[in-house]
Parts: sequence; C-alpha cells; structure tokens
Amino acid sequence: MSATQPAEPAEKAAAEAPSQPAAGVAAAAKEPKGPGTEGGTLNVFANSFLVLWVVMAAGPLVWVMVNSLRDSGDIQGKPFGLPTAFSFENFANAWSDANIGTFALNSLIILAGSLPGTMLLGSMAAYVIARFTFPGNRFIYLLFAGGMMFPIILAVVPLFFVMDNFGLLDTRQGLILAYIAYSLPFTTFFMTAFFRTLPGSIAEAATIDGASHMRTFFQIMLPMAKPGLISIGIFNFLGQWNQYFLPLALNSEHGDQALLTQGLAELSVNQGYEGDWGALFAGLTIAMVPILVVYMVFQRQVQEGLTAGAVK
Amino acid sequence: MANDVRTVDKTTTDSGSDRGAGGPARSGAGPLVLAFLLPPRFTPEKVRNDRRYRTLDKYRFVCWFLLLPIVIYAIFVVSPFFQAFYYSLTDWTGFSSDFAFVGADNYVRLLEDSSFWASLRHSLLLLVVAPLVTLGLGLFFAFMLQAGGRHKKNEAISGVRGAKLYKNVYFFPQVLSVAIIGVVWGAMYDPITGPINEVLRLAGLDFLTRSWLADPKFALSCVLFVLCWMFIGFYVVLFSAAMGAIPKDIYEAALLDGASRPATFFRVTLPLIWDTVQTGWIYMGIQALDSFAIVHIMTINRGGPGESTLVTPVYLYKKAFDSGQAGYATAIGVVLLLVTMVFAAIMMLLNRRDRIEY
Repeated sequence: MSATQPAEPAEKAAAEAPSQPAAGVAAAAKEPKGPGTEGGTLNVFANSFLVLWVVMAAGPLVWVMVNSLRDSGDIQGKPFGLPTAFSFENFANAWSDANIGTFALNSLIILAGSLPGTMLLGSMAAYVIARFTFPGNRFIYLLFAGGMMFPIILAVVPLFFVMDNFGLLDTRQGLILAYIAYSLPFTTFFMTAFFRTLPGSIAEAATIDGASHMRTFFQIMLPMAKPGLISIGIFNFLGQWNQYFLPLALNSEHGDQALLTQGLAELSVNQGYEGDWGALFAGLTIAMVPILVVYMVFQRQVQEGLTAGAVK
Repeated sequence: MANDVRTVDKTTTDSGSDRGAGGPARSGAGPLVLAFLLPPRFTPEKVRNDRRYRTLDKYRFVCWFLLLPIVIYAIFVVSPFFQAFYYSLTDWTGFSSDFAFVGADNYVRLLEDSSFWASLRHSLLLLVVAPLVTLGLGLFFAFMLQAGGRHKKNEAISGVRGAKLYKNVYFFPQVLSVAIIGVVWGAMYDPITGPINEVLRLAGLDFLTRSWLADPKFALSCVLFVLCWMFIGFYVVLFSAAMGAIPKDIYEAALLDGASRPATFFRVTLPLIWDTVQTGWIYMGIQALDSFAIVHIMTINRGGPGESTLVTPVYLYKKAFDSGQAGYATAIGVVLLLVTMVFAAIMMLLNRRDRIEY
C-alpha cells in the first residue's frame, strides 16, 4: 500500500493472474488488422482530440499570461495580440496597488502555521490509532473518517460563532486552527492506513533498545512514513493554499489580512469596473506561475498525491 | 533478521517483568497519576520500576498524543456539525445571542421558498450532468491516450506518443485555486474582451456571440462547463492509472477474438475499471453539489442574473451572512447534507457488484 508506487502491486498481481478473454466479445477469431489501417485512422482521430483538449486546458492560462504583458488599453476589446513592448508595469500595479504581494504573504503566513500543524497532529493521531490497542480506538478512527464525508458548508454558520466566542474570528491563529481541523480527517485517515503497512517489529526493536514511545515515533516511525507524508503533504499544501471558502467566512473583516484567493476575487470585481485588465491578468499570473512551476517539478508526486484523495 | 528481533524481544520482556516483580511491588496511586500527567523524564524511579508502569507508559503516550488533535477536531468540526442540527430548529438571526426554539418551522418555510427550490434544482442539475460529462470525457481521453497509438509489432494496444505530456497539461486546472479559475473564466466569458466571443467573431459566427454570464439561458451552462473543465484532467490521470493496471494479455485476447476498439472499450476496459469510475462518480457528484466558489466568484451578483445560477451552497451563504437568518441557513445545510447522503447511497446501491480481480 505504499503510496508512492501504487501501480506496482497491481502490475505484479496482473503478471501472475492468468489471462482471461473477456466474456461477450465476438467469438469469431479474425486476423488482427495490419499496421496502418485501423490504428492509423484511430491515431489521427485520437491525436486531434487530444491536441484539442490541450488547447482547451492550457489555452485560457496561456492567454492570461500573454495578456499580463500587454498594455491595459490594448487589451480592451482586443483579446488576442502580442505584447508590443515588454513592460512589467502591470505586475508593478498588481503587486503594490492591488496588494497582491501582501495577499500572497498573508497566504504564506497562514500556510506556514497550518501545514506543519496538520501534518504533525494528523500523523500523531494516525500513529496512535494504527499502532496501539486501547478502548475507543475504533470510535476515534470512525470519528475522523466520518469527517471526510461531511460538507464544510453545513458547519460554517455554527463554526463562525464558535470562532467568535473564542475570539478567533478574523485572526490568523483562528484561520490556522480551522485549516488544521478541516484537514485532519483525511490526513488522519490516510496516515493511519500508511502506518498500518509499516512493520511493527522495527518499533519493537526501538523500544527494546530503550527508546521511549515519543522517540520511537519521531526518530523511527515518522522518517519511515516519508512517502506517505509527501503524498498527503502535497494534498494538504494545495488544498490549503487554494482554500477559498474558509477564509471568506472566517477572515473577511480586515482587508489587509485577506488571502491571495480572496484578493484575486476582489481584484476581479474592482478591475472589472476600472477596466484595468492588465493588472488583473498580472495578478492572476503572479498567483498561477509559482504553483504551476512547483507542479511541473513534482508532477508525479502531485498527481499521485491528489488522486490519492479520490481513491479513499 | 526478523527472528533475531523476536528472540531479543522475548528475553528483554522476561527480564523486564522479573525486575518489575523484584522491585518495589506497588507504590500508591498518587505517584502513578503524577507520572501520567508529567512527561516521561519526570517519572520517579519508584514508578518506573512499578509493575504497572508499562501499561501506564502506553496509555500516557496514547492520551497525550491524541489530546490536541481530538480537542481541535471536536471544537471546530464535530461541535459545529451537531450545533447545526440544533440551530436549524431555531429562529436565530446570528446577530444577537437570543433566539427561540421554533421546531420544524424552518423546514416548512423551505417547502414554500421558491428561491430555495430554484437553487436546489440547479444543484441537482449540476449533480446529474457534471459527472456524466466529466467522467465521460475523462474516460474518452484516457482511452485515447492508452489505445490511440499506432500499432507496433507484437502489441495488441499501444499508447499515443507523448501521453505523459498530455496528462501533465490536462492536470493544470487541478492544481490551481478555484478562485483563480473563477476569475480566469470570468474574463474568458467577457462579451467584449473575452476570447470566446472573439473566436466566434473570427469564425464568422457572429450570431452566436452573446454576454454569456449575463444571459439567464446560458449562465448555468457556463458554470457547468467550468466545473467540468476543472476536473477532466484529474479524471484522465485517474483513469489512465487504472487502465494501465489492466494486463495487456486481456487486450490481446480481445483483439484475437476480433473485437473492435469500441467493443474493447465497452466490454473490456470499462468493466475492469468500474470500481474507479464509481468512486470517481461519487467524488465528482460531491464536487458538483459544492460548487460554491465558482458561482460566488464568476457569476453576476453571486448566483445571477436573477436566480439563474443560484446553487444551494450559495443560497445558504447569502441567507446566513447577508440576510442574517442563521437558523434558516442551517436548515438549508441539513437538506444539502441529506441530498449528499442520498446521492452517495444511491450510487453505492446501484453499482453493487462483485469486484473483479486480475
């Protein structure tokens, strides 16, 4: 169940299993068609659709990036065109006038607290649930697992007032705690499964050598769980960085504390009125490019981390 | 290796219990409680030699490690969840702390609230159509990537060239924030500066151009399209991985039996990855029900024009934070939870079948 190589066990199992012709396929055996006939047409057909979707998927993003270099006056009414002169004026406007820089920093500060917090608390709970038997173990596991099913939107009204009562509304620590709380169910669920796959004998050996439970966890088990931590870490990083709903509900009082996602939504409303398309596109580009670069460097891990979320 | 460890384990455990029995037999409960509450390094030597110390050590660790996660989870997730059911039975405005218990009044009011029904209708439409389109196209592209390649010698099925590159590009929308996607598509749909109308104009199809998001007939379809656009790449990657796990011999057998590509897809590939499709369907359905951010950011007046793109989560949010009807809003939330659960249950019942092992 190692999260980094999910395909391998399946492939191995596949190699051992006898091949079974699928039932229902036409029984008459025909010669396989030669190269270039069916395959050829299909190839052209397939490639044209595949290329079409490349344009659909990446086109809007490329369009935004190209336009972020164009003059606002040029963009209005003429969506397509190349930048006439290279100027980073739009970026300067977006960064300082529209405060994209501040918003990005706010997002980073929240993430610096919430991501390590989620990973630490999630793996602590998961480790205890996976490795120790105690009364209530099953209950706690189900309590966390049940949280994955349930929509944040239902809890948001009471949550707003819980935050208010604790004096955490519109504060950074409050938002960090909310991020952690709502990331815990899946993190715990995923890491419990991961810790269960790790050999218990190593933890036992550490105990015999005199390591405390604490030390066994931090120095032996946690490093061994690294592949799982990377997958779930990427999942949480993107999930929390891209979060829109929680900050909107819990962090909308002070404009200077707004996160990047809130700032962009705000910018689109304002620039729409002012017609400053250049700054809007520059703001979007600033928000997109770092994430896309990180994604392209860690494609495999990102794809595995995110799809792990759906196959729970 | 494993054997060694086990034997060592046994001997030390024995000597440990010996020492426990040989040491001070029992100390009072006081030091034990104290040791439970303090970090291990402050455990007095007397307690350390106690027979019960091993159990104490285990439970001390379990409790301390679970304390913080459970407290945070209970305060911010579990308690609001249960409070929501309670508040849905009150007339709470959210502004003041006094409210009255009104029983099922909120739910009765929901029955007559035409805006609520409009929002629910839109949400259900997304719930039905978005998974169909997204999963359908996801399967199509994944199969093209895997089987659309030119025939090579001795291979029943071959992937297109650059399959990895395609998948990487398709996945782009998935790593971006919904906020970014909402703003980008808001600009795409713009009647004057947006590229969609421009492409139509360049193609000579001027009669098709319109203010997409301002047209009540098209606004919801625009939302639907963006929702599908975001997730198609995700499903291409997911289904490609599932299809890659199917042994090649099965395809060879199908090809020898004279199966065409469509037959191969519908009779071999699809049944074999059905488990993945089913989980993906439920996941996409939940995403469609929760299409808050796109509607909130992209559409006119957050759910407009009129109520043409109002979905249930946005309606809930407006009721709770704009019109100060917190009690009523939580009742909407309870209905939404119910819809989600009914959907998940239907999907699981409909697709009950034996798992195929290969």
